[in-house]
Amino acid sequence: MTEGPLPRNGSDVIDGTTGEAAAQAAASPPARKETARSAAWKAQLAAWAFLTPMVIYMIAFYLWPLLRNLDLSFRDYTLGSFITGNAKFNGFDNYVKILTDPAFPTALRNTFLFVAASLLFQFSIGLALAVFFHRNFPLSTTLRALFLVPWLLPLLVSASVWAWMMNSDSGVINYFLQTIGLHPIYWLTSPTWSLTAVTVANIWIGIPFNLVLLYAGLQAIPEEIHEAAAIDGASKSQAFWRVTFPLLRPVSAITLLLGLVYTLKVFDIIWVMSLGGPGNSSMTLAIWSYRLGFGGGSPQLGPAAAVGNVLIVIAFIFGIFYIRAQRRALRS
Amino acid sequence: MTRRRNWRTTVVGVILTAIMLFPVYWMINVSLTPKDKLRADPPPLFPWHPNFEGYAKVIHEQFPYLATSFLVGIGTVIVVLVVAAPAGYALAKLRPRGGATLTFGLLVAQMIPGIIMAMGFYLIFHSWGLLNTLWGLIIADSTLAVPFGVLIFTAFMIGIPDEIIQAARIDGAGYWRTFRSIVLPVSRNSIVTVSLFAFLWSWSDFLFSSTLNRGGVLQTITIGIYRYLGNNTQDWNAIMATAVVASIPAAFLLVIAQRYVAAGVTAGAVKD
Repeated sequence: MTEGPLPRNGSDVIDGTTGEAAAQAAASPPARKETARSAAWKAQLAAWAFLTPMVIYMIAFYLWPLLRNLDLSFRDYTLGSFITGNAKFNGFDNYVKILTDPAFPTALRNTFLFVAASLLFQFSIGLALAVFFHRNFPLSTTLRALFLVPWLLPLLVSASVWAWMMNSDSGVINYFLQTIGLHPIYWLTSPTWSLTAVTVANIWIGIPFNLVLLYAGLQAIPEEIHEAAAIDGASKSQAFWRVTFPLLRPVSAITLLLGLVYTLKVFDIIWVMSLGGPGNSSMTLAIWSYRLGFGGGSPQLGPAAAVGNVLIVIAFIFGIFYIRAQRRALRS
Repeated sequence: MTRRRNWRTTVVGVILTAIMLFPVYWMINVSLTPKDKLRADPPPLFPWHPNFEGYAKVIHEQFPYLATSFLVGIGTVIVVLVVAAPAGYALAKLRPRGGATLTFGLLVAQMIPGIIMAMGFYLIFHSWGLLNTLWGLIIADSTLAVPFGVLIFTAFMIGIPDEIIQAARIDGAGYWRTFRSIVLPVSRNSIVTVSLFAFLWSWSDFLFSSTLNRGGVLQTITIGIYRYLGNNTQDWNAIMATAVVASIPAAFLLVIAQRYVAAGVTAGAVKD
């Protein structure tokens, strides 16, 4: 992002400061070199002075919590630890504990299903809508803006609306299902449906994000390419699958990977709609971690931190893919 | 011919939008439904006789929550601007050595799951005495928007012509003067964008409120709704009325700053 224009800007800054110095420097070449170097040095100093608040902030409020969390996962943190401030180091006990817990495979499986289904539907619906809005019909800008609403609403609001719509007895969704002759579904009260229920709500929230990114990607494809495909006699669907879709690949990769990292983090929606239940039926890793740490009962902060760190490892692995995809997209 | 087809597309577009926004409509509809009709079969599909008892309850019971969220939101905006604007300027115009590494660090910071941040902050705030305080909540909420803010500021400020910055430098303005009286005024749009999103994310936060401020005297609106959900599941009109009120900042953002919103979604994803 910053690579492109920077060299130019940088040298401009240096030129600006050395402009007046150049006259004196003309007399003695070594002195000129000296001044230029000290000006560059001054520019660096100024740059880092402007960056200082952010660097301190990043260390104090990203790195430090992360390290505390890592440290916590290797300790036996009890209620007493809060008073004394000490917690016994217990090596990998917390990790062994959570990895052998029968809840672990459930949480892992739920996380996987939740993320995979969310991404699949968010992306394909978002792509279809992006293609649709790309046709630029009257009112398209306004309607596209309205599509952003679910993304802007507080998650807690969306989650409670969906919870009420999915209410087994009085929910409007079951009303519609019965109107068209289907059986009502116990969305949030049956273990078979709860994961589907929270996934549906999450898909709804994620569509705008996919729509906006993919729409921007479509806009970036030059119109001539479509015209050329049409002249060559490609049908509309051929043109899409053979021309547009491959050209959209870098943007698609970024959208999916970013969506993945965000979906792994999802907490509010599931917690408000189902608390991860009934039982563990809609419990993802993020929910499990919260349950252990803050879900009531005696807090098990050590194991909670260990679950969180498993989550972060998964997120970072895909995060690296994301950054690589982005670099590749920039280069092309 | 094409004209008519265009309008037909618009009709399809309106229908799709209506389906997409149905939950929002339903929230408003339920918020206006009288209590005894909430569980009626069929449910009232349109608020023919709007009933405002839900809203009366919101004003009665939720006002302190709304005020707290507002305060925390403003605090978050200030923290984010103070940290992100100078950093954006440096990354865009001053060519710091190691700037790329910092930007990378910000991208990574954005990916840390909230639950991990919450647990880390819980321990840190415990030792700093910031648990259950609004200051603590402001700090935690600001982490949601700082990476975004820096990326937006950098992207906007790169576009500021170097000539006007140089002109100020030749006139003898130092780096700070240049930043304050040239760069910041020119970057008004980016300041608005970053402020709006920082406010919205802080306003919407539930995770930090429910972990770092669970025992606090002043509670945020998301906790207000959550407590409603837990306590009286009969009063869905009041819950939905609170939800409607809690959505006002989002609606405001969409109407006032529509053109920034899409830019906000794309930034940090494609543009950087």
